[in-house]
Amino acid sequence: MADNTLLEIKHLKKYFRVPAGQNHAVDDVSFSIQRGETLGVVGESGCGKSTLGRTIIRLLEATDGQVLLNGQDITHVSGHKLREAREKLQIVFQDPYSSLNPRLRIESTIMEPLQHSGRFKNKAEMREEANRLMELVGIDERLRQSYPHELDGGRRQRVGIARALALNPDFIVCDEPVSALDVSIQAQVLNLLMDLQEKMGMAYMFVTHDLSVVRHISNNILVMYLGQAVEKAPTEELFEKSLHPYTKALLSAIPSVDIHRPMKRIELKGEITSPINPKPGCRFAARCPYASPQCEAPQTLEEVLPGHFVQCCRCKEINSL
Amino acid sequence: MTDVKEKESAKSKRKSSMTAEFARRLVKSWSAKLGLILMLFIILACLIGPYFTGYDLNWQDQSLMRAGPSAQHIFGCDTLGRDMLTRLLYGGRYSLLMGITSAVLGAVVGIAIGLIAGYFGGFTETIIMRFMDVWSSLPGMLLCILVSAAMGNGFFPTVLALTIGSIPGGARMTRGQVLSERSREYIEAAESINCSKLSIMFKHLLPNVIQPSIVITTMSVGSTINMAASLSYIGLGIQPPAPEWGALLADGKNYVTTNPHLIAVPGIAIALTVLAINLLGDGLRDALDPKLRG
Repeated sequence: MADNTLLEIKHLKKYFRVPAGQNHAVDDVSFSIQRGETLGVVGESGCGKSTLGRTIIRLLEATDGQVLLNGQDITHVSGHKLREAREKLQIVFQDPYSSLNPRLRIESTIMEPLQHSGRFKNKAEMREEANRLMELVGIDERLRQSYPHELDGGRRQRVGIARALALNPDFIVCDEPVSALDVSIQAQVLNLLMDLQEKMGMAYMFVTHDLSVVRHISNNILVMYLGQAVEKAPTEELFEKSLHPYTKALLSAIPSVDIHRPMKRIELKGEITSPINPKPGCRFAARCPYASPQCEAPQTLEEVLPGHFVQCCRCKEINSL
Repeated sequence: MTDVKEKESAKSKRKSSMTAEFARRLVKSWSAKLGLILMLFIILACLIGPYFTGYDLNWQDQSLMRAGPSAQHIFGCDTLGRDMLTRLLYGGRYSLLMGITSAVLGAVVGIAIGLIAGYFGGFTETIIMRFMDVWSSLPGMLLCILVSAAMGNGFFPTVLALTIGSIPGGARMTRGQVLSERSREYIEAAESINCSKLSIMFKHLLPNVIQPSIVITTMSVGSTINMAASLSYIGLGIQPPAPEWGALLADGKNYVTTNPHLIAVPGIAIALTVLAINLLGDGLRDALDPKLRG
């Protein structure tokens, strides 16, 4: 199965320098993504989900660590190799109102990646390909000459998806692609993304804070807390049998539609710790109901059950494994 | 048949929707309309007017020195007995050309500098912007005098001097716009699809940041015309016998009390032109303001 690995992320770190010190936005995160897989990344606002996605596809430079694409290190490549890598790694943005250039017509926006790829000889071929892409994502042909402001959110997001698909990528970071859309449109766009994956076989990294969305679309889920991966497991296993105290609290916050089943919410006390110059040791310890002195030691992500990784030194104890 | 035609017209309407919308809003504002009409009138008058005044630029009648307005010479004659109207219209060519050329050149260079500073950020930006600060802290007049003194008089040195003076304004304006636009996701998207830096700057950023600069440039045509006139007035810039507006003013400055038309005619011409340009600039600003866009 090892040769089916598309991306391998090893000890990836992204620090931002801020006036108060170093903001550890992504701090030592390791995982891998298989071809055609959908990895959901969840966590609260500011935990580094989007930064992680952007660092992987080289929109941000990693501070440390490696990103291997098909076994090749792309963390610091430049020039021709960077262009090649970027063609394989694409992104769909959260806000369809700012992710499209307001001065470019829809057709130009979709044709742009084609122009830069150098795969097409002339405008006519590109236009044909753009038409195909528009059909693929379900944008009516009459909208070709429209400007983004003439389209609604769902259509704009489809344009963003078409642009990401244009280079035939192996991997797309979906950075909360539906959170700015209203619910009925959300479903359409999610289904479109899933259909496209079935047709074209690319892998998704689906960044979101919407747990029901992530359950619907992902094969595996990575839970992040303050820049670190605290738990990674297959979707159903994570929802049925989460092992990390933070994941448990997170999942207990999902509202239930069944009024006969009372919600047992695990309430977290205290504020989220600052990501600026964090202390070594478990980042969650300050709010964790199970915190103990041993949590002050640096933690590592360990495979507790097959395919189920947890970063918690008291994991076995708490879950009586 | 009509159906097809309707479709065609709908298509062409759509194609030019943004430009058309802009033009519609421009003519809707009375200040823009007035400014535009006035400006067109002034430009046309300067371009073709001299051929219809009935006098040559250097036609001279010494018996008419400093003569006031009359039926033959509606704006009177100048200190050497030349027809004032003819000289005014010829002079307008120089004034307008210098004003517009240097404002546009200054804007082009300024916008390019602002784009580079704003897009690259960091150290590059600090260096460029601090340099611009120093630059714009020099009084514009002094800068122009320095350049004229170094380069000599005449048309091109003056244009150069005025251009240099109008660069920092455009650069600052553009850089500010770029900073707010750069953080938007379509710029990241452009990077992810392998757009080159140049293409990001000119294809993506420029069209989205240029509007305020267009307004500023239009407005600055007024001030460069003023500045050109000031330079001629103090003896730099265009030299006599070329009839630039500032030179006309300088020519008549000793007769303000006895023959006020010598000052009034070029003075009013400058004032009217600057007014027209400012009205037009106001109108442009209103028409381009994205907040008004429905």
